[in-house]
Amino acid sequence: MKLWRKPFDYADKATKPGQVHIDEERCKGCGFCVEFCPTEVLRMSLELSPKGYNLVVVDDESKCLACGFCELICPEFAIKVSTTNNACGDN
Amino acid sequence: MNDGLNVENHSIERYLRLDRLPHIWCAGCGIGIAVGCFLRAIDRANIDPDKISLVSGIGCTGRVAGYVKLDSFHTTHGRAIPFATGLVLANPELNVVVFSGDGDLAAIGGNHLIHAARRNIDMTVICVNNFNYGMTGGQVGPTAPLEARTSTTPYGNFEPAFNLPYLMSASGATYVARWTVLHARQLERAIAEAMTKPGFSFIEVISPCPVVYGRMNKEPKGLDSMHFYQEKSVIRNGADPKDADIELNGPILVGKFIDETRPTLRDRLCQVSAKAQEKVKAKV
Amino acid sequence: MTENQELEGEFFINGDVACAEGAISAGCRFFAGYPITPATEVAERMSTRLPQVGGVYVQMEDELASMSAVLGASWGGVKAMTSTSGPGFSLMMENLGLGVMLETPCVLVNIQRAAPSTGLPTMVGQGDMMQARWGSHGSYEIIALAPTSPQDIFDLTITAFNLSEKYRVPVLIMSDEVVGHMSEKVIMPRVAQEALIERRRPDVGPEEYLPYRADGDLVPPMAMAGEGYHFHVTGLTHDERGYPVMTAEAQDILVRRLVDKIRLNRHDIIKYKEVQVEDADIIVCAYGVSVRIAQSAVRMARDEGIRAGLLHLVTIWPFAEERIRELSLQAKAFVVPEINYGQIVLEVERCAGGRARAILVPHMGGSVHSPQTILEAIREAAQ
Repeated sequence: MKLWRKPFDYADKATKPGQVHIDEERCKGCGFCVEFCPTEVLRMSLELSPKGYNLVVVDDESKCLACGFCELICPEFAIKVSTTNNACGDN
Repeated sequence: MNDGLNVENHSIERYLRLDRLPHIWCAGCGIGIAVGCFLRAIDRANIDPDKISLVSGIGCTGRVAGYVKLDSFHTTHGRAIPFATGLVLANPELNVVVFSGDGDLAAIGGNHLIHAARRNIDMTVICVNNFNYGMTGGQVGPTAPLEARTSTTPYGNFEPAFNLPYLMSASGATYVARWTVLHARQLERAIAEAMTKPGFSFIEVISPCPVVYGRMNKEPKGLDSMHFYQEKSVIRNGADPKDADIELNGPILVGKFIDETRPTLRDRLCQVSAKAQEKVKAKV
Repeated sequence: MTENQELEGEFFINGDVACAEGAISAGCRFFAGYPITPATEVAERMSTRLPQVGGVYVQMEDELASMSAVLGASWGGVKAMTSTSGPGFSLMMENLGLGVMLETPCVLVNIQRAAPSTGLPTMVGQGDMMQARWGSHGSYEIIALAPTSPQDIFDLTITAFNLSEKYRVPVLIMSDEVVGHMSEKVIMPRVAQEALIERRRPDVGPEEYLPYRADGDLVPPMAMAGEGYHFHVTGLTHDERGYPVMTAEAQDILVRRLVDKIRLNRHDIIKYKEVQVEDADIIVCAYGVSVRIAQSAVRMARDEGIRAGLLHLVTIWPFAEERIRELSLQAKAFVVPEINYGQIVLEVERCAGGRARAILVPHMGGSVHSPQTILEAIREAAQ
């Protein structure tokens, strides 16, 4: 959607860009995260995990809105989403 | 309770037995999603993890007990609910969750499921329904839809399936909901609600089983099942559970169907105890 | 009653009621059961008394649920018990195995009746003795006690709870319909807290605690739900961490410890009583209600000049193998009266090793032996 001016509270409402970290030991290549990411940040690759599964890789991180759905929908606990300036880890 | 998803909150790792990951469930299986929703729910609802007891039965979902860093009990087939009943009645401080599968809870464990609902025992039952007995190779179960192919119904299932929300509602459960694993956010919220609500809560979680049930029913990959849920689930909170039958080609009715309040078993037992002790005092 | 509502004094009650009172005196505060003749009175008594002492009585939908609930309650930190008879005993077997595998202290009372199947519900039997030992699948050891009177069942129920807490194993009380339904004087002493054994608790924190690491006595300290230990226990073969391990090696270590836990401690566990055994040629080996009839038979035999003695087995399992072996060197024969078609006699025969005969005096059930029948067997053995 093209805006003819920026909203005044644009800076407050802007989404923080996110980073997606995929644990290669755990990913089983089911593809749920790839499929259900709303902005198509991820893609399936031909790279194999140590257990022989096709790994998911980040395709275009700039599209990530840090919605966290990939982390929710991953059955393997293999995905962690963090936002810029915040390292991932326990709070 | 924080309604929005906090992406910085990776704290569910502290509830997992990391030394046992990766888990045994197949690629595309939804049980891991259900576990994640459960762990996030206890986090968001600020439930004391020391007081949570998780009881499971036998089957793929039964293996959940082995992956969570809580007091967990992997018991016999079908008997997770009565075991959990003993825990609940022995120690009222415990928050007891039964996490098991459709076969374990509704077939061999069916009797216990009905009676626990009838008694309104203070516990949460999370029933992962993948429409078959996955661990043993995909045999038919009481929730398999009519005509479904399974390893013991090669000509198509000839028995009608249980409508679990209806069964639970009729038996007296005070919280009944159904979600698929695709509805991860709603599922997490439902689990948090159920675990903080006194009384018997039942949550049915529809999940893919790609390697057996899915393969035999035109959903060979987890994604196929997830697409099916995306297309065929209908969210109707407050729907009459009578309408929640699942047929082979859908639709799948999901939502929170029942949310009531009734005295729990513990409430009634306290009354009994008070009566008994009054009688003793009266005699003295 | 004492301040915590335990009974104290002399009472004229039947065995079932005495059993319930023994449990309460032992600190039992949870009962989950299902009515079944002739054990129903245990449940009924518990349903009245447990709410008075601050405990919980719940009637489950079947015996499978009853046994499971008892295990759950024990893990919740409460001494727990159930009671049943033959048909219910069969139903409880799988979860009895779970109790053995998880090493859960609890007591299971079987007021035996004539069997097989529905049998004679209101009449005596002693036909579940081997089932007590082998009823669940797999290799394991169990403790089983056989009371002979309402006083005895009161005392042995307390013993049963103590043994189950000490060894972290379900303990069976193999009573029978006659003892259960007969009314006699029962003296209930105040049981001191020091006389009651409680399960050993972990002496390390949650980080170091391993649910199944045991010391020399092979009994691991037990954490309970809700204390922050975050343990995992499973009916699958497991290692010290409680995690399932699918290897033959883990199986070997675990099964050996579960069995040796009882076997190596058998001298503490096995109890029997002897009457006139020192010079006996013929030893009547009896248990449960049969002991009382055997006592008369032995007296009558002595009057006839036969050197007869009585070995009263209090602990049935683990079996008093060493004592039978010793006695088989001195006696000509063992006479074993049982209200079944031969169960404990097989153990006696095995342990006697051919050095002494083992003569069964069977009774199919429905009533007890007459002293005459046992006396005839003693006479025959003496020839």
